[in-house]
Amino acid sequence: MEWETVIGLETHTQLRTLSKIFSGASTAFGAQPNAQASAVDIALPGVLPVMNRAAVEHAIRFGLAVGATVAARSIFARKNYFYPDLPKGYQISQYEIPVVLGGAVRVTLEGVERSIQLTRAHLEEDAGKSLHEDFHGLSGIDLNRAGTPLLEIVTEPDMRSAAEAVAYARALHRLVMWIGICDGNMQEGSFRCDANVSVRPRGQKEYGTRCEIKNLNSFRFMEKAIEFEVRRQIALIEEGGTVVQETRLYDADRDETRPMRSKEDAQDYRYFPDPDLLPLVIDAQWVERVRAALPELPDAMAQRFQSVLGLSAYDAGVITASRPLAQYFEALLQNPKLGSRASGSDPEALYLDPKLCANWLCGELSAALHRENLEVEHSRITPGQLSGLLVRIQDGTISGKTAKEVFEALWQEGGEADAIIEAKGLRQISDDGALEKIVDQLIAENAVQVAEYRSGKDKVFGFFVGRAMKASGGRANPIQLNDILKKKLAP
Amino acid sequence: MSLSDSDLARLARLARLRLDPAAGDALKSQLTGILHLIEELQAVDTQGIEPLAQSPHLQLRLREDRVTETDRRADFQAIAPQVENGLYLVPRVVE
Repeated sequence: MEWETVIGLETHTQLRTLSKIFSGASTAFGAQPNAQASAVDIALPGVLPVMNRAAVEHAIRFGLAVGATVAARSIFARKNYFYPDLPKGYQISQYEIPVVLGGAVRVTLEGVERSIQLTRAHLEEDAGKSLHEDFHGLSGIDLNRAGTPLLEIVTEPDMRSAAEAVAYARALHRLVMWIGICDGNMQEGSFRCDANVSVRPRGQKEYGTRCEIKNLNSFRFMEKAIEFEVRRQIALIEEGGTVVQETRLYDADRDETRPMRSKEDAQDYRYFPDPDLLPLVIDAQWVERVRAALPELPDAMAQRFQSVLGLSAYDAGVITASRPLAQYFEALLQNPKLGSRASGSDPEALYLDPKLCANWLCGELSAALHRENLEVEHSRITPGQLSGLLVRIQDGTISGKTAKEVFEALWQEGGEADAIIEAKGLRQISDDGALEKIVDQLIAENAVQVAEYRSGKDKVFGFFVGRAMKASGGRANPIQLNDILKKKLAP
Repeated sequence: MSLSDSDLARLARLARLRLDPAAGDALKSQLTGILHLIEELQAVDTQGIEPLAQSPHLQLRLREDRVTETDRRADFQAIAPQVENGLYLVPRVVE
C-alpha cells in the first residue's frame, strides 16, 4: 500500500525581551541557577503576574509578518499540570482566544513553492529546568527559565514529508529572527519544535492517529526523527497493529523515537481563564504602529532582488537567508563613488553590478567568514571596504583574480582597496601599447606555435594567453589582451 | 452523578495522591456531594448568556520591558526544604 505522511508542527519561540513575561526578572541566558527567579517566577503566595508589553508587541509583529489576524481581545488561561519545574502548578498560556489567528508561511522545496497554513500563535510562559543527574537520587530545579516569554506557533496538518517540515521550520526560523522577535539560538533552546506525525493510505480523507515528537532542537534531528516515526507507524500498521496516540521523545544517539508518556496518564489540563489576568486588548492603532515599523520581509526582498536587480532566484534566496546578510548586500550596492541605484528608477545611474556583489558576498566573503566562524555582522571587511574593491573590478583597474589578493589583504590588514592596489602595483595593464609590446615579443619568440595557430590549431591560442599573462605578472586586462592577440595572430 | 471506585482511583492518580483504602468510601461520598452541587449549578438555564470569566470593561495592564528584580535567591532558598548549588532539590522526577 502507498502511504501518505501528515505532519503538523508546534514551535516554541522564545521572545527577545529583557525581562520575563509576567515579572521584572531578567531573561539573560547563562546566569547562576535561580539567580533570575523572582517571587513571581517561583510562585510565592500572594504574587500577581503583570504582562510585559514587549512580548505582546512581538506577537503582533509576528501576526503581521505571516498575514494573520491579530486578535483585538485575547484571553490568558491556566493550563494545569503538576511538575516541579512549574511551581505554580499551572502554566499561563492562551487557549480559547489566542493573540494570533491564521496566517501562512511560504516555503520552497526543490524549487516548488508552497504555503503552510498556521492555525494560531499564542503567548505563554516557559517552565524551568529539571536536572536529574548527581543529586543523590533527587532532582535539581533551576527556575531561571520559568516565566520566559514564548510564542507557540501552531500549523495546520499541512506538511507531507519530513523534508517539507524542515523547510517550514527553517523558513519560520529565518522569519522570527528577521523580524527581531527571537534570537533563533537552537542550542540555548530559543526555538524548539514538536512534530505531530501520522500516516494514512494515500487517497484516504481521514487523518490517521498521530504521535507527538517532543523537543526537536535541530533541523537535522527533526528530519531524522520524523522519518523514523513514519517508518515505525507504517511498519506497525502493516503488521496488523494500530498506532496509539502518545507523546514520544527522539533519541539522537539511537536514531529512534520512544514513548514519553503513556496514554493512561493522558493529562487533563483543565484549562480555564486565568482570573489574575484581564483580557489582552490590542487596539487598531497599536497594530498599525507595529506594521509601520516592520522591516521589508525576506520573501518580498528576494522578489525585489530578482525583479529590480536581476539576481537569480538562487542568489536572492541565499542573500535573504538572514537579515544581516541582506543588509550587508544592500550596503554593498550603495557605493558613494558610483552613486546608488537603490530605487532602480534611473537606469543610466552608475552602480555596482548586483550580480558582482552577490558573487563576492556568497563566494569570497562567505568563505572567509566561515573560515573564522564569524557572523556577517562581525565581518572584518565592511561593506564600504568591499565595495571599494568591487568598483575596481568593475571599472577594469584590476582583474577578478588580482581582486582576490586585494581581498585577502583587506581581510588581514584592513585599509582601502585603492591604497592596496597602488602599494602592491596590482593595477591592471590596460594600455594598448604596453600589451602590444608583450604580444609582439611573444610572436617573435614562438614561431612554431604561431605557425600552428595560423594553420588552424585554435587550441594554441590558450598558450599565448597564458604566456602573455605571465609576462605581464597577471596584470594584463584579459579582454584587451584577447583582442590584441587575435589581431596580431591572424594570418 | 456519583463517583465509582475507578473514578476515584483515576482522580487520585492524576492528583498524585496515595489514598488510604479505608478512607475511600468517605472520600467518595464527599466528592459526590461536590458533584451534586455542580449539578445544581448546571441546572440553571444559561441559554443566550455570554460566558463571563473576567470583569467586563476592564483590560489587561501592561508594563514596560525592564528588568526590575534583583537576585534574591538567598532569601528564597532560606525557606526551601533542600537546596544544593543554587538548585531546589525535589523528589526525583523522570518521565
